[in-house]
Amino acid sequence: MARTAFERQLTEVQEDMLVLASMVESAIERSVRALKERDFELARVIIADDLRINDKRYEIEEKCLELIATQQPLASDLRTIVSVLYIIVDLERMGDHAEGVAKIALMLVDEAPLKPYIDLPRMAEIAVRMLNESLEAFKHRDAAHARAICNEDDEVDALYDQVYRELLTFMANDPRTIQRATYLIWVAHNLERIADRVTNICERVVYLVEGRIEEMNVSKY
Amino acid sequence: MVRSQETVEETRERLIQLDLVTRAPEVTEVDARPEAGVAVDIRGLNAWYGSFQALRGVTMAVPRERIVAIIGPSGCGKSTLIRCLNRMNDLVPSFRADGVVLFEGENLYSKGVDAVDLRRRVGMVFQKPNPFPKSIYDNVAFGARINGYVGKLDEIVERALRQAALWDDVKDKLHKSALALSGGQQQRLCIARTVAVEPEVILMDEPCSALDPIATLRIEELMRELARTYAIVIVTHNMQQAARVADYTAVMMMTEDRAGELVEYGDTREIFTNPQKKQTEDYITGRFG
Repeated sequence: MARTAFERQLTEVQEDMLVLASMVESAIERSVRALKERDFELARVIIADDLRINDKRYEIEEKCLELIATQQPLASDLRTIVSVLYIIVDLERMGDHAEGVAKIALMLVDEAPLKPYIDLPRMAEIAVRMLNESLEAFKHRDAAHARAICNEDDEVDALYDQVYRELLTFMANDPRTIQRATYLIWVAHNLERIADRVTNICERVVYLVEGRIEEMNVSKY
Repeated sequence: MVRSQETVEETRERLIQLDLVTRAPEVTEVDARPEAGVAVDIRGLNAWYGSFQALRGVTMAVPRERIVAIIGPSGCGKSTLIRCLNRMNDLVPSFRADGVVLFEGENLYSKGVDAVDLRRRVGMVFQKPNPFPKSIYDNVAFGARINGYVGKLDEIVERALRQAALWDDVKDKLHKSALALSGGQQQRLCIARTVAVEPEVILMDEPCSALDPIATLRIEELMRELARTYAIVIVTHNMQQAARVADYTAVMMMTEDRAGELVEYGDTREIFTNPQKKQTEDYITGRFG
């Protein structure tokens, strides 16, 4: 009994989800670049692009709901659609975090940097790598890989601790840095949350493969 | 019979040990009934029509106060299996069976089992509503009358019609012809006729396939109500129906020689969200069958 149309639609929502993920990945990378290079124009583009990310998420959500309503998916088909529905929400929220970084980049565009940005780009780099790996795990239905990715979140948490302590020191030593340092703590927080959301994606990959819902790496934040 | 004294927990434990149930269902009001146990215990059941083997080695337990759905592609032996539970297949001349079907501690296929009495205790509802060409009242009272019941028939009829969620529809026309009822009402009348003789198990062979979606949902609701009292086994081609109503689902398939085998039996939610067998996955996702 072939379900050609259904198979095609099921593939399509997964491909759409990967397109959304690539939009989000690009937003994260560019937001940190806009901050680092104090690029006003780039920050504005990222903020504008967030609307496209939101639209894409709703488009995929509608397709998934239509599949549920019209095709009554079961077993691994059902788990795939449910996983996509959850993952697109996390992706969209990651996009919001990237937008948050871009907004702070706009606010800091005329301010002299407190110090060279090293750890924040590093956090973004790890978060994007985790995101890519989680999507690979999704594509290959690899639960073991998904579980392993979650451990990388500790690295992001450690960098967040480091950035936070350093910025507190700046503020303690010179109250004139408080505004800039607070903004940067928000940047770090956004990046830390992006990595947390990757662990949510990994949980969905495990659910997709094994049919079990388990909480994996609980971030300390 | 020892098994009839089992608690729900003991039954569940045994099903898990037999690898028939993969995960215990959540505790519900129905689950809390201490008297629940196994209603029918099928062990190594084989069945033939002449030289054609229709069932091979079916082993499964039907719990009391639960709904078990049997699903599978056409010709996989679902109806043969359900008909083995009240020996309806005896009416087919070439039919024979071996293995054990324990009901109330007794093998249904032992010599000396009264098949007519068995069919009172294991009632059946068929695909197409089949009311007798009599009044609504007489349809429901029929079983009690032929069983020589001497109590108040009115009470039996009302109780059965209420159990079948039909009383409010027909209370003012009990002596009108049953054939004037709608298809859905006729099927509920057949259910009332079945429960009027107080069976322990109700078998349903595609009970909604001739009904519209609204009538179907009413029967499904009724089944959930009846499962508070009876063990119900339903054969259905409608997987969504099995998913909606059944506590446990059995998946059957045909082997290469076309004999029906039980592929997987377990908690309905597990079967439909995370089946353990590839054959089940392929069947319920529509990629086979």
